[in-house]
Order: sequence, then C-alpha cells, then structure tokens
Amino acid sequence: MMNKFDTLPAVTAVELSGIWKRFPGVVANAGASLSVYRGSIHAVLGENGAGKSTLMNVLAGVYRPDEGEVRVEGVEHRFRTPADALASGIGMVHQEFRLVPSFTVAENVVLGAAARVLRRQAIEDEVGELAERFGLATRPERPVWQLSMGERQRVEILKALWRDARILILDEPTAVLTPAEADELGVVLRAMADAGRSVIFISHKLHEVTGFCDEATVLRGGRTVAASMSVPDTDAGELASLMVGSLPVTTERPPAHPTGPPLLEVSGLSALGDRGLPALESVDLTVRAGEIVGIAGVAGNGQRELCQVVSGLRPAKAGTVHLAGDDMTGASPRRLFQAGLGYIPEDRLGVGLAPRLSVIDNSILRTYEAHRRGPFIVADRAEAHCADLVERFGVRTGPLDEPMAGLSGGNLQRLLVGRELSGRPRVVMAAQPTRGLDVQGVKAIQDLLVEAREAGAAVLLVSEDLDELLTLADRLVVMHDGEIVGEFDPTTAARSEIGEAMIGHAAGVGS
Amino acid sequence: MNEASLIGLCAATVSFGALLYLAALGEMVSEKAGILNLGVEGMMAMGAVTGFMTALEFGNPWLALVVAVLAGALVALLHGWFTVVLGAEQVVSGLSLTILGLGLAAYLGKNAVGRPPGAVLAPVDWPVLSDIRWVGPVLFQQSPMVYLSVLVGVVVWFVLSRTRTGLALRAAGESASTADAAGHSIVGLRLAAVAVGGGLAGASGAYLTLSLTPQWAEGITAGRGWIAVALVIFGAWKPGRVALGALLFGGTLALKTRLQTFGVDFSPILLSMLPYLLTIGVLVVISVRARNRPSPAPASLGIAYRREER
Repeated sequence: MMNKFDTLPAVTAVELSGIWKRFPGVVANAGASLSVYRGSIHAVLGENGAGKSTLMNVLAGVYRPDEGEVRVEGVEHRFRTPADALASGIGMVHQEFRLVPSFTVAENVVLGAAARVLRRQAIEDEVGELAERFGLATRPERPVWQLSMGERQRVEILKALWRDARILILDEPTAVLTPAEADELGVVLRAMADAGRSVIFISHKLHEVTGFCDEATVLRGGRTVAASMSVPDTDAGELASLMVGSLPVTTERPPAHPTGPPLLEVSGLSALGDRGLPALESVDLTVRAGEIVGIAGVAGNGQRELCQVVSGLRPAKAGTVHLAGDDMTGASPRRLFQAGLGYIPEDRLGVGLAPRLSVIDNSILRTYEAHRRGPFIVADRAEAHCADLVERFGVRTGPLDEPMAGLSGGNLQRLLVGRELSGRPRVVMAAQPTRGLDVQGVKAIQDLLVEAREAGAAVLLVSEDLDELLTLADRLVVMHDGEIVGEFDPTTAARSEIGEAMIGHAAGVGS
Repeated sequence: MNEASLIGLCAATVSFGALLYLAALGEMVSEKAGILNLGVEGMMAMGAVTGFMTALEFGNPWLALVVAVLAGALVALLHGWFTVVLGAEQVVSGLSLTILGLGLAAYLGKNAVGRPPGAVLAPVDWPVLSDIRWVGPVLFQQSPMVYLSVLVGVVVWFVLSRTRTGLALRAAGESASTADAAGHSIVGLRLAAVAVGGGLAGASGAYLTLSLTPQWAEGITAGRGWIAVALVIFGAWKPGRVALGALLFGGTLALKTRLQTFGVDFSPILLSMLPYLLTIGVLVVISVRARNRPSPAPASLGIAYRREER
C-alpha cells in the first residue's frame, strides 16, 4: 500500500488540543487532542464512553468545549453552531442519519444550500454528477425511505460534499452497514482522501481501522493515549491494548455447569423486518437450563427481530417458539412474562422503561397485578417492592416517586435487569445489556446474568461485544443476514474464525 | 328540476368550494410546516367579522379583505406563540383558538348583526366568457374571491414544491431536527406558516361576509372551518387534490339548501355529515396503505420541536 505521506506535503487540516468537555456528572473529554493531515483517513479509536463522539461533536460545532483550542487549516475557531463548522469546511455524518424520509435523495442533499427556485431535473442532475465524481452510487430521484442503510449513508456524505466539506467526520459509519457496504465505503473514503479531503473515522472496530485508515489516534477515558500512529506500521494488537488499557475489572469466566432440560426452543423461525423484507430465515436455537447462549453478529443481522419475536413484540412468519415445552408462538408479552420470560430489551428507555413515570411505577410495570386490591394499586406494597429492588440490585436513585429519567444509564439498567430477574424467570433474554455502561455497571450486569444462570435459568445473551460473549457464554452462535451461520465453543474457538462467520464468510455458508 | 336551478347548483358549488379551498390551503401550509391548527373556525369567524365591520366603517371591500387577512394572521400567531415558541400541545391550543375566535367575533360584531353590508365584493363579469351557455354562469360570473383562491392555490403549490423556502418549510414539518441541522430556522418557518394559514382562513371568512352571504350574524361560519380541516386530510396535503375535494365538499354545502327545492326527500343533516364520512374513508385508505409506504401526513405534524441539549 502506498504511504500517502511520501507524496503529499504534510499539511495539518485539523488540530485539536487540550479539549475539556464536562457534562453534569461526567467528564467526557479531559484534555483530549487530535491532529489530522490533509488527504488522510484518520481513525479515532476508543471504547464506548472513551469520549470519541464528544470530541468530534466539539469539532463539528455541536458542543462548545469548556477549554481547549480548535484549529482548522491553521486558523483558530470557536464554533457556536454546526453551521459555523460547516462554513469552515467541516461536515459530520452522525450515527443517526439526519434525512427527511419522504424527500428524494436530491432534495435531501440540497436542503441546506439550495437555489431560490428549484428545478427538479436540474438539482437531480447536479446531485447525480457530484455523486459520480466521488463514486457514490445513488439515485437522486428516489425517496429516501426506499433506500438501504448504506445508500442513506451515502446521501449523508453527499450532503456534506454538497456544502463543500473538506473535512468529513464519520461517527461509527459501519455500525449500520453490511460488510459489503462497509468495504464500498472504504473505497469511497479513499477516493475522497486522494482528492485532498480529510476523513476522520470514528470506530471501535479494529479490522476496519487496519483495513482502510492511514493514521490512528486512540482515546481512553476522555484523554488521548496515543496520537497519530501510523496504521501500516502498527500492530493491531497494540492498538487493541491501547484502547482497552489495563482493564481494572475483568470478569472471570464462570465455571462450566451441568445443564438441564431445554427451556427455550426456537425452531424454523422466520420473520419480516420493519421494512417488510425478510429479517429472520428459519432460525433454530435451543437454550437449556443453566447455560448462557451468546449470539454474536454485526448489528442489524436479525438479532433485534429475533428478540422481538421471542418476546411477543413481532409476529413470526413461520416457525415456533417453545418456552419450557409449551408452544408460545405468537403469545402476548404478558403471557410470555407469566410463563417465565425475563426480557432485557436493547432499547432500554423506549421498550424497557417509561422515563417519565416514577421509579416505583417502573418497578411494578410487569407485576402490578401483585400489588393491587380490586382495581386499585396498593401504594405501600408497590413502594416496598420498589425499595426492595433498589436495595437488592444496588440502584442509586433519588426519591422513588420521582421520574425515572433522572437516573444514570447504569442505574436505569440495574433497575430494569432487577425488575426482570426478581421474579426468578426460567428464561432470560438480554439484548446488549451492558452497552454504554461504565466498567462497574458492566460488571454488575454481567454478574447478575451469571447468577441467573447459576440459579438454573436459561440465558440468551445478544451482544456486539465479542469479549463479553467469549467471557460469559457457554455456547456461542453467530447470526448473519437473518440466519444462524455457525456455532462455537467460546473456550476453544479462534476469534478470527468467529469474525469470519460474523461477516458471512464461514465455511458452508453461501454469501 | 330545471336548467336554471341546475346551473345555480353548479355555480354555488364553485362558490362554496372556493370558500373551503382558501381556508384549507392555509391549514395545509401550516400543517406542512408541522403545526396543526384546529382554530380554523375561530380564525374564519374573526376574518368574517373584521371584514364586515371594516366595510361598514370605510365602505371599501378590498380594505376589508386586507383587514380580515391581518386579523386571521394575528389570531393564528397567538396559536404560533403557544405551540411553536412555547412548545404547547397543538390540539389543545387550536381548540382554544376556535372557542376564543368565535366568542371574540360575536362580541366584536354585536352591533353589526342585521345591518346591511357597507360594501360587497361584486361578482366579476368576464367579457365574452360570461356569456357562454352553462360555463359562463358557473365559472365566469363569480366573486373575485373565487379567482383569488385559484391564484393562491397555484402560488402555494409553486412555493411548496418549487422553491427553497418551500423545501425548508416541508422539511420543518417532516423532520424538524433535520431542517434545523441544515441551518433553517424552525421557529421562523413555522411561525410564518401559521400566520399564512391564519391569513387565508381570515380571507375565507371575509369572502363569506363580503360576498357569499353579505351580512354578519353570530355563527355565520357554521362549521365550515372544520370542513376545511377535514379537507386537508381528504386532499392528502396536496394542493391539487385539496382543490378537487373542495369542489366535492362545496357541492354538499350547495346541495344542502337546495334539496327541498329539487323535491328530493333526503335529510340535509345527513348530507352535512358527508364531508366527514369521506374524510374518515380517506384516513382508512391512508392507514391501510401505510403498511408499505409513509403516510402523506407530514411526519412531524403536531410535534413540538426543541433543540436537543445533552
């Protein structure tokens, strides 16, 4: 691979130094720095909560730093809004796309900077030309709601290019992409860098960084722990250890355990996704009493739909779900809960908890039947139940009758997990239960899952964190494109083998 | 039923259609920007009374129309202040506006009840065209408000679909955060849209008291503001379809008073229900189709926008 720095003069496009950003209760950036050369693809690496997104939002004008200096092409800036940053040539593609679904691609692209009078054909031609210049395959006349995630992302990139962004920030751009789309993105980014633009690529996935980045800066705990390392000259393992540091807490692999009868049996399960396309294809899965089965996979490969079907939130198209031997296909969430399913959903605040209700109300959402007398909830009993949960699961909370929304992420999750586990469910299904939590929170939740297993529950754990799965799971299955494409023994399997399966390259799997 | 009464029916259909069209266009602009304004009936009443009284005072129908537009816009901005600036619940604020507008109009107009109009917008008599048999009396002997409503319809269509302002306004109604991130002022766009909506509702009211039934009486709007609200849904937020709907619903209004003269034994009360029944039918169609495509309703309709702060 050609090293760009031999051929281009080393002009600094972006220079961030000594950036501090504090939020109530959290220091997101503690003196972070970053220096990016023009015409390079620069990775900003770090674990969840390392301060990557905050630092990039400072650069993009979304947040104002408490301290520190932002220099773009040598000039110091104090951006007050994203529009200021954009005017200086900085465009950011956020994880959640900012697109109007009912508008066409062309309308979305020109929204921020359009001529006073619009001629449909003209803007479509112009957007088409721009897309072609950078090798971004798109159809300017199509409404965005019809597009795949990959194409939507290209529209976001086009929006930045339309505004003539010279520095493009991509926040975890591959999280929503299929592996093939991620590869295409790499090609597009390289074309942009070759055209003299700079790309800042936020990621926590090492293989992408080594795949198409020139340099890498590693953040940990809000600080820069390694600045501008040349990616071709650096070992992936070194980057990994820099990201993780010396982990203060490591969860020990719990000792293996004899397993009991199958409690959750999924067979031949197929279902449609949100857009009416097949999202699950004849999935077979069994979880026995006393084991944790992990599901690994890139986000968006059917894990979410699987959890929704099993928990009664999405209809199955074919196949069956059995809970402790009883057919529960298509049963309501309430019936499933009564039959012993504890569900820790991926979307904590949307599906798991009602943020505006009080801590007490949230704690009895599933079990209010037990706290009623006639049509009334017995307040004392509900409060006692809540206080018990709070104590047993170590939830740090203010007054119990205040809205849930004031709790931190870790405490929200403890209450949710506590609520679901307190009824001693026979089957526990947890989706991304530790995502976004601090180290102690992660450890607490993981311990609770292991405890549930020890108590004889069948645990299904869906996670994007392979380390978590390798540590906790007794068996590991990999999902890709709505199918289960491989099963591994976490104690012996090679990570590379699992990784290949995650991107659909496993032996015997058509791709 | 003779030829003359049939022509009369058709002409009245166009007249009532234009009345509904003006108000519905205004409501459509407001909703396209994301603000539901259920105060159309109230804004219409305000336009009707201020227009009529200005005509009484100054004798100039065009000045009366301008005052009515301003009155409608002003009342609408009250709704805008609550919903856009303060983020209040749009349904509650809009319903309050209807009650407020009807009450205020009745109060302002209590001395004007029963008085002859100070001035009217006289029908335009188009040379040559007005003499065409059938077509002339139906299309070319109408109030200037009818032609104005067609003009406004074309302008609204052009601005919404062919200009940068329209694109930004629609973006504010579909996804306010996206429009905000693209550098457009959500508050500005939405307030402007609400004011335009109120102005057109006011114009519709003035049409009523300066031309269609040139007099003032409490309750003269007779629920037509509500039909305009339904019409926006019926027309799927598209100016062309709203125009077709306006003729259809206008037809039911025109027919209502003529049923007995035609000797048809059908309750006019049932006929008044027709626009709403048709609208419910359209809602059903929209919901059924929504399985594979987004609803034609602006996605952020009714949702207050506040910029996210962490």
